[in-house]
Amino acid sequence: MKQELIIAGFGGQGVMSMGQLLAYAGMKEGKHVSWLPSYGPEQRGGTANVSVVISDKEVGSPVIDKPTSVIALNNPSFEKFEPMLIEGGDLFTNSNLVDISSKREDIYFLPVPATEIAKNLKMERVAGMVLLGAFITKTKVLSKDSLLEALINVLGEKKKHLIGVNEEAILAGENLIEKKLFLTK
Amino acid sequence: MGKVLMKGNEVIGEAAIHAGCYYFFGYPITPQSELVAYMAKRLPEVGGLFLQSESEVSAINMVYGAASAGKRVMTSSSSPGFSLKQEGISYLAGAELPAVIVNVARGGPGLGNIQPSQSDYFQVTKGGGHGDYHTPVLAPANLQEIIELTSDAFRIADQYRTPVILLGDGMLGQMMEPVEFNEKTETGDNFMKDWATTGTEGDGLPKVITSLDLNDVKLEQRNHRLQAKYRKIENNETKVEVKNVEEADYVIVAYGTVARIAHSAIEKARQDGIKVGLIRPISLWPFPKKIISDTSKNVKAILTVEMSAGQMVEDVRLAVEGKSPVSFYGRTGGIIPTVDEIYREILKLGKGVTS
Repeated sequence: MKQELIIAGFGGQGVMSMGQLLAYAGMKEGKHVSWLPSYGPEQRGGTANVSVVISDKEVGSPVIDKPTSVIALNNPSFEKFEPMLIEGGDLFTNSNLVDISSKREDIYFLPVPATEIAKNLKMERVAGMVLLGAFITKTKVLSKDSLLEALINVLGEKKKHLIGVNEEAILAGENLIEKKLFLTK
Repeated sequence: MGKVLMKGNEVIGEAAIHAGCYYFFGYPITPQSELVAYMAKRLPEVGGLFLQSESEVSAINMVYGAASAGKRVMTSSSSPGFSLKQEGISYLAGAELPAVIVNVARGGPGLGNIQPSQSDYFQVTKGGGHGDYHTPVLAPANLQEIIELTSDAFRIADQYRTPVILLGDGMLGQMMEPVEFNEKTETGDNFMKDWATTGTEGDGLPKVITSLDLNDVKLEQRNHRLQAKYRKIENNETKVEVKNVEEADYVIVAYGTVARIAHSAIEKARQDGIKVGLIRPISLWPFPKKIISDTSKNVKAILTVEMSAGQMVEDVRLAVEGKSPVSFYGRTGGIIPTVDEIYREILKLGKGVTS
């Protein structure tokens, strides 16, 4: 099993921390992981993105040129990474922020109304967790428990009260995939 | 201690502290600023000293001072800032002072950009500053190896009284991977630094640390001593990783970041039945000439891949001495070669030889 995921969006959308959570959860499961941020000029304006590899084997290149999954949080990210996705790959979008659809027939297109779901949970900031919930459920690369454990570790004692709402967000994402509440191509 | 997820730059900092380095002088520059920030936070916690200097030139000369006092000391920068330290590194080499200098290299020349690059190879392996000297150069390819090589760098520095360079690039500095720190690391207590200028308390002659010698005969003697030391380092401190080289028809020589990408390309080629091996120099100086020379007798071709316009390939060709063809593939300007690009170069090797 090897997942090569690119998460991309505007700076400040939590792209880096989403990737970090997955890398941490992967490490806790004893998998080989790498986390590589884009830190170049593309971070200003355009897209900020992070490449996360989660693998049963040692990670060779942490640079991803053919992602197995993409999570796109804005239109420019969608346009940049959708064509790079491998055949049979998963393309998740926050459909409240990305208003384009994939025309590719050979991938799974999974538009998730993550902002809307997060707003219903009264915390717009957990939109990323909805997407991560969908991602781990669709790809089965990590268990929900490890993602939660990672979250507890990242939030720390001070923000412990936020665990509940984050967990609900993950569950909402999981639910979407399990009940197939999304469009597929 | 268990595994922790850390950024490469932070791993260098923590590894240095584990190796008994409690003094750090530096100036921030992307993509290594996290290392400076980490030391600023961590060193006061462990009773060490962090000082942000007003420039790179100043930082390297503070290193000279701390090293003269016999303490394990480090500074770090990225390419343009590293260039500014060259005068100081030459002085450290001349005065035979142990210190570790980190270069988290970025695209050049000039200010270039902040993306990963290996185009400082010539500078780090051929001296870099003025005068006849070399610095041992260690080039990790992953974050766990950073820990091992940082410790090694301090050990080599003390053992041979020489500045040592740890060479990474923006990718290694910025990426995160799980790492594990060994509780028992050599911290330099076993090195008797009787040359350190810590005060004689009226007992014996003053100790002098200088790279100045106006007497030509004496300066030549010093040069002979340095050269003898460099031969010893060449004999004892050459480090290389060799993978699937026996039975190989082709071999890739690559170091650091590029070696791990090359490794992925090699796996792909091997699945297609192409017999490719990897030689990864870990010490760039001393360069692993012998294994490359020996291997070149038995392979059809050697490919060198770098994030440069072709620098290490010159050392590869010197080692091969025409025993096999050596080709080169490189990307510059901060662009990282992809697995596919390297794979295509491997396919070209096959065509070139059989046609």
